Amino acid sequence: MNIKKSLLDGDKRAIAKAITLAENEDEEAIKLVRDLYKKTSDTYVIGITGPPGVGKSTLTDKVVDQISDQQKSVGVIAVDPSSPFTGGALLGDRIRMQKLSLKPNVFIRSMGTRGQLGGLAKATKLAIRILAIAGMDYVFLETVGVGQSEVDIVKTADTITMVMAPGMGDDIQAIKAGIMEIGDVFVVNKADKDGVARKMQELQMALDLGDKNQDWTPKVLKTVAKDGEGIEELIDLLQHHKSFLETDGRLSKLKRGQIKQEILQICQDEIAKEIVNNLNQQDFQNELDKIVNKELDPYLVAERLLNKIK
Amino acid sequence: MNESIRVLVAKPGLDGHDRGAKVVARALRDAGMEVIYTGLRQTPEHIVEAAIQEDVNVLAMSILSGAHNTLFPKVVNLLKERGAYQDMLVLGGGVIPDEDISQLKENGVAKIFTPGTDTRDVVTFIKENYNKKKEK
Amino acid sequence: MPDKEKIEKIKKAKRDWHENKVEPTVARFSERKDEFKVSSNFEVDRVYSPIDIEDKDYLDEINFPGQFPYTRGVYSTMYRGRLWTMRQYAGFGTAKESNQRYKYLLEQGQSGLSVAFDLPTQLGYDSDDDIAEGEVGKVGVAIDSLSDMETLFDEIPLDEVSTSMTINAPAAVLLAMYIAVAEKQGVSTEKLRGTIQNDILKEYIARGTYIYPTAPSMRLITDIFEYCYENIPNWNTISISGYHVREAGCTAAQEIAFTLANGIAYVEAAIEAGLDVDDFAPRLSFFFNAHNNFLEEISKFRAARRLWAQIMEERFGAKKEKSKMLRFHTQTAGSTLTAQQSDNNVVRVTLQALAAVLGGTQSLHTNGRDEALSLPTEKSVEIALRTQQIIAHESGVADTADALGGSYYIEKLTDDLQEEAEEYINKIDDLGGAPEAIDQGYIQKEIQDSAYSYQKEIEAEKKIIVGVNKFKTEEEPKKDILKLDEKVANQQKERVSQLREDRDQAKVEKALKALKDTAETDQNLMPKIVDAVKAYATLGEVCDVMREVFGEYNENIIL
Repeated sequence: MNIKKSLLDGDKRAIAKAITLAENEDEEAIKLVRDLYKKTSDTYVIGITGPPGVGKSTLTDKVVDQISDQQKSVGVIAVDPSSPFTGGALLGDRIRMQKLSLKPNVFIRSMGTRGQLGGLAKATKLAIRILAIAGMDYVFLETVGVGQSEVDIVKTADTITMVMAPGMGDDIQAIKAGIMEIGDVFVVNKADKDGVARKMQELQMALDLGDKNQDWTPKVLKTVAKDGEGIEELIDLLQHHKSFLETDGRLSKLKRGQIKQEILQICQDEIAKEIVNNLNQQDFQNELDKIVNKELDPYLVAERLLNKIK
Repeated sequence: MNESIRVLVAKPGLDGHDRGAKVVARALRDAGMEVIYTGLRQTPEHIVEAAIQEDVNVLAMSILSGAHNTLFPKVVNLLKERGAYQDMLVLGGGVIPDEDISQLKENGVAKIFTPGTDTRDVVTFIKENYNKKKEK
Repeated sequence: MPDKEKIEKIKKAKRDWHENKVEPTVARFSERKDEFKVSSNFEVDRVYSPIDIEDKDYLDEINFPGQFPYTRGVYSTMYRGRLWTMRQYAGFGTAKESNQRYKYLLEQGQSGLSVAFDLPTQLGYDSDDDIAEGEVGKVGVAIDSLSDMETLFDEIPLDEVSTSMTINAPAAVLLAMYIAVAEKQGVSTEKLRGTIQNDILKEYIARGTYIYPTAPSMRLITDIFEYCYENIPNWNTISISGYHVREAGCTAAQEIAFTLANGIAYVEAAIEAGLDVDDFAPRLSFFFNAHNNFLEEISKFRAARRLWAQIMEERFGAKKEKSKMLRFHTQTAGSTLTAQQSDNNVVRVTLQALAAVLGGTQSLHTNGRDEALSLPTEKSVEIALRTQQIIAHESGVADTADALGGSYYIEKLTDDLQEEAEEYINKIDDLGGAPEAIDQGYIQKEIQDSAYSYQKEIEAEKKIIVGVNKFKTEEEPKKDILKLDEKVANQQKERVSQLREDRDQAKVEKALKALKDTAETDQNLMPKIVDAVKAYATLGEVCDVMREVFGEYNENIIL
């Protein structure tokens, strides 16, 4: 299979294999994306985040189902944490979307974080680029976000949807953790349960207290994803935010900020690799001995190392 | 390289007994693999589509209802049609009599794990036999 | 009731015994294991004595059989009056073949019928539905319409047998068919005796054969309660099940807890639907597992009875004695039977069956030795039945009620199991009841965690399974296994096709429309379902009408 051609054609096997290369940190993946970068579509990325158990996957399933019926191609990436001890992961988001995955214009991929902190996998950005090369109109990025440490989604998504549910006990947590600040759209799912009104009130209050800097007013919607209620309104709101970003160059500004972050990250990773390489060299052990014996100080050694790399 | 063995654990057909599938899924996760579980009542089309999109190294199916002779070969054939069979280690488990095993192997299932299987044997078999990605 | 002084003496004696006898022995050679545990979350002591039951009030907590809280059994004469029903679960292939197996079992001395349906039937699909591919007639009999049901019970007088049907989501439809067959035989509904499993909550938790979402499913269940109260007074409307959650991997205490929590949910639903507790409660029945730990299982049954009686009286204010009696069917634990050295399974089943009898079960199914390989052969099923008959007639345990009552260990274990079960039930109450707990995945997670621990213990050889992780032998693959005829599926497809041609289509459509209209109201659905099956609407057609109105349940995955 000529993977480049197949990828541009939107062939699912090609997409899948390319994403695997990215996940495995195979240089082929970067090469692939670089070669095809000019042909990358302007894929719009919608992030879906929130605590576990609120119904993110069910919600994503219903939203993507409707959007894909409107002649749009949609990719879904569902990220779940890998075990820090074993490296393994149970990726269970796909279950909710199995029917959807049979549609020719829908592609669904589960990813484990593979040691990366922040809520996304290292390869997620690359995977999104691959989906963009395959011509996807939208990519839905689903991840677990409960606190301040799971906000990498900000670096990757254009519209961020924060999903919550009544009675999940996350109220104070969420507000304290400041994840209120990263959401553009807020959804209270499982709105058929007790405590909805209260939950929406709490959310609204927390938003009112929040940062008034941005000129987008985050809205709170309620849904019962499993019954398909509130989905149309949510899609409208997402479209609304998209249109908002597309005026006055806001999206471009957002993307530039994200790209700057990305380049910073790539550089940091490369430099760190270099440095770690050096640190692991046999002769560096002598330097370490000298530091322990107080013959040299760590700052001097670091400076020397930096100069060497420069 | 940050490789991981990716496994799809699937329940084809109408059988609702998932204790074994879930125990195996957890054991594989504890052994460092990435496991995608499909849930119940999967058609061969669902399973193959998931296997392709997730680009799994291993497809492990569990059936306790006796429908394995129909459903396992169906899945394998569909994988072959889609050009995905050669990359995948296909495994089966559940209530499957010994005398059906050779036929299933001929139909493309690499190994059948019957009741009483030690999950460590499943892990070992996968680690020794999964296809490393060859095609680019 | 031992007096205080005597107990103090015994306590002192135990301390001395421990110091002078036990400790030196253990110092010389340690005990076989570091920990001796039952399946539930507590350890087994080296020995039990009056100390362990010093506070027990016999009349309040144990009492006599047939008297609240029924710890020792629900009937005063227990098996001296009547043995438990020997009820072997059976069904496969076509209705004709199953009918033959039923006749065989009745001839061999089985006292009640137990129908196993295939998966398409359990899920409300006809045999020619695409989704039924490969599954028709495999785990039970394929029933597509009243016509198949008539064949299933051909020459079996429904006023003389009691029939248990393991059917859940479409239970109303199969019950309607049973009623229609009885009518054709000239048997009035008052004479019908039997059970439908009809327990949807455990399907969501552990068995997976659900169709509709929770609310409409509960509605169907309470409709059945009401209909049976008025028309089929001797019918057990539900078999609230613990068997399956246990098979899914939970412990004995959890089995009690999750079963009774589901029971509580059904009682609440029925009361909410306007029924009086004493009207329907007498016809609730239960279904438990008989697992490996012999003494824990016996205690489990006793604890379940006592706890349910207390719940019915205190929580629901039931007045009738029958409302408080936990009557149950038992099946020996299929998941404990091995593919390796499968004849050993006869021994396992014997111990498990004995536990069920000593635990006071009302009816019993014993598994065939080939359980881990395929459906049972005639020979295997015969041995399983003989097992029950030998226990009944040769062992003497049926000659007195609750023979192990009063054993220090059994009474203590009964108490401990009840206590742990109550903790779980309280937790489930806190979550909002069983349906809510299932929605949140609490029950499923508990079960999966137990299942995983169990597997790890086997692999670490902390738990020994003879023939599997110890005492293994090289074996030839088993030859004598039941092979199902692949032609069955085609035969069945032809049958249902032919039926659709032969019947009065207009009548069917009229009946299905009436059913749909009623489904959209809150009127009792049973009469309309009966009409539809009498018109020879197929199972799939009836269930599809309800699918249209109620929607389908979405699996809640907890990993």
